[in-house]
Amino acid sequence: MRIGVVTFPGSLDDRDAARAIRLAGADAVALWHGDHDLHGVDALVLPGGFSYGDYLRAGAIASLSPIMTEVIDAAKKGMPVLGICNGFQMLTEAHLLDGGLIRNEQGRFICRDQGLRIENNASDWTTGFAAKAEIVIPLKNGEGSFMASDETLKTLEGEGRIVARYIGGNPNGSLNDIAGVTNARGNVVGLMPHPEHAVEAGFGPDTDDAMASGVDGLTFFTSVIAGALVAR
Amino acid sequence: MPTIVVEVMPKAELLDPQGKAVAGALGRLGQTQSALANVTGVRVGKRFEISIDGEADADALAAVRELADTVLSNSVIEDVVGIHVQDAPSSAVA
Repeated sequence: MRIGVVTFPGSLDDRDAARAIRLAGADAVALWHGDHDLHGVDALVLPGGFSYGDYLRAGAIASLSPIMTEVIDAAKKGMPVLGICNGFQMLTEAHLLDGGLIRNEQGRFICRDQGLRIENNASDWTTGFAAKAEIVIPLKNGEGSFMASDETLKTLEGEGRIVARYIGGNPNGSLNDIAGVTNARGNVVGLMPHPEHAVEAGFGPDTDDAMASGVDGLTFFTSVIAGALVAR
Repeated sequence: MPTIVVEVMPKAELLDPQGKAVAGALGRLGQTQSALANVTGVRVGKRFEISIDGEADADALAAVRELADTVLSNSVIEDVVGIHVQDAPSSAVA
């Protein structure tokens, strides 16, 4: 399986995402924001960072990039797309996901290992998790507070489209402790925390067993690979 | 060359941490400057100045309205609170 990672001006986590994809067992394909070409990939990751310095709104200018025409088209046809942090912000700005992200309620950048509960293990990126699995992956952002209208929130909750919720306290004021959501089809997922930073023992969050040994993030990537094998 | 001004504010019902931080600073100043003592809140928004060729007529305003609703603001978190033609240019560039 080939999974594309799009690099935008100001992307930071594109290399980590590519490494996570390789560790999960797929080929990572570097894609460029200015191209109109997805190079035949089977899935896409929009990585974290600060595209265009968060000018206008976080993810807003990147969501208007040339390659986003192809990304939006592919997402609507069912290609699995994962937006992490800034990538999540781009997916909301591109109207592929509902809601929006605003500045953290305490006005501070937050960087820490964060507990999450997987609320939906049927999306293309979460099938490898047990129902209601509790995981720990890093959270690092300044504008991660998920907002949506009452009506949208009702729809997201009613249709089981909350992918992950913060546990152990709401870090940023997100409505209903929402850390990630999916679209109706379940192929597009946006996550504020960073699974790509918890994929290799020695470089992940601390666990009860050993320091920095947490690899809970790897399952997002192995899920989409397993899903592609089933589809064949 | 006319300029059309677009003003965007965070939605009234959403917390505005930026405004809150400014209000906090004003509150601290207010302890020593009585003129600030009655400030009860601050919200921070954005102002865009869009220069166009030709007349700032109804068509031009409609085009900027479209731009304001689709690009300059995100209706999930923000409202466009004003669109108007600027009376005089704020600066002339030679």
